Amino acid sequence: MDPTTSMYVAQGIHGIAYGMVLFLIASGLTIIFGMMGILNLAHAAIFMLSGYFCYQIIFLTGSFWAGLVLAPIGTAIFGIFLERVFMRSIRGAGHLGELILTLGISLVILGLVKIFWGTQSLPMQVPDILQGMVNLGGLDYPIYRLFIIGMSLVVLILMVLLLYKTRLGKIVRAAVSDRDMVNALGINIPLVFMLVFGAGCWLAGIAGVAIAPILTVFPGLADQVGMDAFIVVVTGGFGSLAGAFVVSIIFGLLSSYGVQFISQLAPVLMVIFMAIVLSIRPNGLFGVKE
Amino acid sequence: MLLEIKDLNTFYGESHVLQGLSLNIAKGELVALLGRNGMGKSTTLKTIMGLVKSKSGHVIFEGTDITGLPPYKAARAGIGYVPEDRRIFPQLSVYDNLLLGIKGGKIKNPNDPNVWTIDRIYSHFPKLKERCNQQGRFLSGGEQQMLAIGRSLMGNPRLLLVDEPTEGLAPIMVQEVRNVLEEINKKAGVSILLVEHNLKVALSLAHRVYLMGKAHIGYQGSVEELRNNNEVRAKYLEV
Repeated sequence: MDPTTSMYVAQGIHGIAYGMVLFLIASGLTIIFGMMGILNLAHAAIFMLSGYFCYQIIFLTGSFWAGLVLAPIGTAIFGIFLERVFMRSIRGAGHLGELILTLGISLVILGLVKIFWGTQSLPMQVPDILQGMVNLGGLDYPIYRLFIIGMSLVVLILMVLLLYKTRLGKIVRAAVSDRDMVNALGINIPLVFMLVFGAGCWLAGIAGVAIAPILTVFPGLADQVGMDAFIVVVTGGFGSLAGAFVVSIIFGLLSSYGVQFISQLAPVLMVIFMAIVLSIRPNGLFGVKE
Repeated sequence: MLLEIKDLNTFYGESHVLQGLSLNIAKGELVALLGRNGMGKSTTLKTIMGLVKSKSGHVIFEGTDITGLPPYKAARAGIGYVPEDRRIFPQLSVYDNLLLGIKGGKIKNPNDPNVWTIDRIYSHFPKLKERCNQQGRFLSGGEQQMLAIGRSLMGNPRLLLVDEPTEGLAPIMVQEVRNVLEEINKKAGVSILLVEHNLKVALSLAHRVYLMGKAHIGYQGSVEELRNNNEVRAKYLEV
């Protein structure tokens, strides 16, 4: 491969890797919104929290793999706690209450993180096997980013199997369109909500661990990546997994090629893309009219 | 009594939409709840189902007070709900829509002839079998109505709350839906509380009728009595 081509290819894979991470965050956000009608402003903070959990677990055990598995489980349990204790108590009180509550939760998480871990950015080492480069037909490419893509694909496949092949998944898909009707069929919707909220936080947790070795862990992580995930959900259409996936990949590519070609405009490319999509399809790319 | 409703009061914000409503249904009965738009018929069904909370009063089903229970508990107690506008899950196949109607996801005694299975639903609604793999949103209005009824039967309810089942259907489908409800009531022995605008259909099916005035029951009686009482019909039904 000549140097120019290999640079394009490398940027493309970079974009896909970032897109996959965005998708992990956005998928939880969009399912929680679609099913429960909650726009969870704390989602990005939970994503960041997972990075800190992972850092702490590596600090204690010395094992990246333990962090990779346990940190997302930690955020899932934390999410279930939030749902049971806080979200459930204000259900039906309208969107404003939920927005203020989740914003408050995200500020509390941010504050606690600063108290426990400080404000400096914490580096994270990946195991030797994930370090270094691999040769892709003349192109040297970082193994860790390929690992992110592979892991995200596995999660994506598991998610699709769960949603389309199991009864629980069918319940979730039905509840995205009409939760009251699912409830009236004898299905314990509050329990399903709790599981979905936990699963969404688990996905955000995986994303948090995946991105930490690249960007390091710091309190600003939530704002930096979280905002992109929100833009993905809005552009893809609230409640649409397919929309979240397609737009995540587009955004990943936009941001990596954007930096290369029009670096001054790169930070706003996603917003411009969102504005164009929403002016043509106000409910998002895959959104359904209410 | 299968279902007793005593002095139910329900509010939507400030507006008092059910004012001391009482009614009852005996086992095996098909009772019609009639009245003009906006009187509170659908709200009555939603309150029984727990989809709307009442401020006071009682809903007693088979001797158990189920007032204020969440919808899934009302369903598990043995009440099925066929809502206005059918509310089929649009992204799910016909088969999956029926599957979600099974309580706990598993049919306990599939060989018991009184238990509803997907095959038994298909034998009542052959159209659904033909379209079993199609998504709910591609069904016609009549087919969606059949599916909504079939889906609620999958939970083996002893009481079915049916809201406007013939609304917007072609005359031939109206007749078909009517016959299905009759079969479910007479042959399968499921009691039905029916909200229906088509007076001819309602009176041809019901054993008894309740007529709703604004937020309360204004009249109750047998179908025969209502047929002979022009004054009551004019007061509560004619537009």
